[in-house]
Amino acid sequence: MSTATADSHGHAHDAHGHHDQGFIQKYLWSTDHKIIGFQYMFTGMFMALIGGFTVYAFRMQLAFPGMSVPGFGRVTAHDYNSLVTTHGSVMIFWVAMPVLIAALGNYLIPLMIGCDDMVFPRLNRLSYQIFLVSAIVLIASFFVDGGAFGGAWTSYPPLSAKAAYNLTPKGAPMWLIAVALEFVAFLLGGINFVTTVMNSRAPGMKMFDVPIVVWMIIIASILFMASVGPLVAGAVMLLFDQTVGTGFFDPAKGGDPVLWQHLFWFFGHPEVYVVLLPAMGIVAEIITVFSRKKLFAYKTVLYTAIGTGVLSFFVWAHHQFVAGIDPRMANIFSVTTLLISIPVAEMVFVYIATLYGGSIRLTTPMLWALAFIGEFLLGGVTGIFLGSSGSDIYFHDTYFVIAHFHYTFFPIAFIGSFAAITYWFPKMFGKMMNETFGKVHFWGTIISFNFIFIPLFFLGARGDHRRIYDYTNFPDLMKPGMQDMRVLATVALLVLLAFQVVFLANLFYSIVKGPKADKNPWKANTLEWVAESPPPHGNFPELPSVYRGPYEYSHPDAKDDYWPQNEPPPAAAS
Amino acid sequence: MIGQYLEQASTFAQDIDHLVLLITVVVGFWFLLAQFLFFGFILKFRAQEGKKASYIGGEKKSEKRWVSIPHYATLFFDVMIIIAAIRVWQDVKMQMPQADSTVRVIAQQWAWTFVHPGPDNKLDTADDIRTIDELHVELGKTYHFELQSRDVLHSFSVPAFRLKQDAIPGRTIKGWFKTTLSGGFDIQCTEICGIGHGLMPARILIEKPEDHATWVKANAPLAAAAPAPTDVAPTGGSR
Repeated sequence: MSTATADSHGHAHDAHGHHDQGFIQKYLWSTDHKIIGFQYMFTGMFMALIGGFTVYAFRMQLAFPGMSVPGFGRVTAHDYNSLVTTHGSVMIFWVAMPVLIAALGNYLIPLMIGCDDMVFPRLNRLSYQIFLVSAIVLIASFFVDGGAFGGAWTSYPPLSAKAAYNLTPKGAPMWLIAVALEFVAFLLGGINFVTTVMNSRAPGMKMFDVPIVVWMIIIASILFMASVGPLVAGAVMLLFDQTVGTGFFDPAKGGDPVLWQHLFWFFGHPEVYVVLLPAMGIVAEIITVFSRKKLFAYKTVLYTAIGTGVLSFFVWAHHQFVAGIDPRMANIFSVTTLLISIPVAEMVFVYIATLYGGSIRLTTPMLWALAFIGEFLLGGVTGIFLGSSGSDIYFHDTYFVIAHFHYTFFPIAFIGSFAAITYWFPKMFGKMMNETFGKVHFWGTIISFNFIFIPLFFLGARGDHRRIYDYTNFPDLMKPGMQDMRVLATVALLVLLAFQVVFLANLFYSIVKGPKADKNPWKANTLEWVAESPPPHGNFPELPSVYRGPYEYSHPDAKDDYWPQNEPPPAAAS
Repeated sequence: MIGQYLEQASTFAQDIDHLVLLITVVVGFWFLLAQFLFFGFILKFRAQEGKKASYIGGEKKSEKRWVSIPHYATLFFDVMIIIAAIRVWQDVKMQMPQADSTVRVIAQQWAWTFVHPGPDNKLDTADDIRTIDELHVELGKTYHFELQSRDVLHSFSVPAFRLKQDAIPGRTIKGWFKTTLSGGFDIQCTEICGIGHGLMPARILIEKPEDHATWVKANAPLAAAAPAPTDVAPTGGSR
């Protein structure tokens, strides 16, 4: 691990040194941003398996009510609620957040801005450790008396506030503690990301030379930090309501249950953009590389991302149109919500425009990045039905909502992550992934994904409401064809889950046995491709200097169709 | 659209369905256009041996209009949808027409109690008719409802009416509907309310005037039977 050159610039964090380390020091107690990134990534993947297992169990129940689900058993109403709650919480807080922001932020930021590590490496390590504890608390809640919390990932009181109502005296506070710890972990990580990008950019790298994905992670971190405060406060209040009998959200004691909804969604809606923006950034990196095109209107992308972020603080109550808020408020939030479609649509337009005139190669990462755009478009436009107050009266809390946000969240959390992992895999592990298995996994996942959620749009439009474990009680929801659609969605889910085995097999096989990757297999411009694959502790033998923006592909003055950021211009080189 | 699959049993069901149709047409057009360009570009600009990609920064004015024109188009259509949405919203949620009758809807874990005004058409009198999981209303009449909850959040949803409103303990939330179709339809609870959330189905029975009158007559309790006023302060958790 030790290189003399790395030490010469490693003065910022001498304490953790560059000497040979044991397994624990190197992989479990590391302060190296890349290792911490891997810790987050693999923990996120493990949590995704839990999220996948929960959805398997409850979708089986929906398709075949009352069956004994293989590997789970009979799903009771109580189990069903715990499963949907855990699925939602895990996929957002323990999969999308750690993989997209923490793992990629940690791994990529120092490499892409050309420095040797985060500015607060030990804070970084602490962040992961707190995150790990939060995941353990959440998993443990399944095994306590009364079982895991089942009041939905939104945890609305009074249901979540009193054990008499939710019947999970231990599960509910544990869920809340787990979520609060997770927030603490990401606050620490966010501080680290922002500080690092502000202070440690390579010489010559101006703010507009920073790759979009880094910008996006920074904007997302700032959004997260600015929005999470009220919810942490709310979580403490709810915990007091649960455990010591205060009445912040209890109307009988002068509290107000709707207050929680405001605190939750004031965070909850920006949170959507917290995970969306990094995924958008990943897509920007990949489509430019594989279409050999400069990103269309870099600054526009940046301003739309910032605009989206700012607007996202003013839309939260669109989750509460029919929740008993003042009906006049719905008008205002309907306006802001529809307006946010402008910057988001613009980002998509920019990406499509980037493809124009390109030289497109459909590698596995490119397929994922393109699929993100194609699928996210449907998620975006269906949001209009829900943001417009009049139609939300009907669609609110139906499967239409579920289908809509899975068309945003699945592209974000999974398509985005698969794009990122397949694209940066050669850098991360110094090996190439198998393209054939990559494409099998891609098509299997994308096709089955659409077969899960297109039926759910129709079911929602026909009145299927959310979080119901058995529709046979509702005559209007058992009309001809409706149960068939539920079965179709479940079968497609099984197919989707099965195809993830291909991914995991490809991932682990390639880590061990994949062909060796050189420094820059995709011929990309950004600085991470200057480092060795995989980069050693300290990243660069010599810190790079930056001469141009990150997307100078097919530039007329460059000798190749790419022009690395660190390559001196011809005049300066001679 | 939705009307094909689900009866329109209230006056505003049609308005909401029209709004949904409008949004579908507008966003559907943009969705298809964007997908057409997206797939078109992918097919057209595939890598070819010896052919270099174009170098387009997208910062020049002539290039920027490829983003700015859709930008203004999005704004225009957003405004159109907002106006249509707010008009529907005003009708359903903000302006309450004169009521012919008022019913009280009380949600609890995990059942619905419906209080009908009885022969005197007034709530909180001795002849109120209380039912569980079955709401009886008359065809063609305008109703106000008073929505209450005894314990946690619930949501009173009648898909055939396209109506939905959360119930909050400690509050009485008012709303309205006017029936346009006779028959029986589902009432759902659409806010998770505990383990019995899936076991809160109820039915709304919209009856022709003469049938409704018969039902009221048959079910009206004898005087002084029901201690109705306790429902006004819904704090008790017991059923």
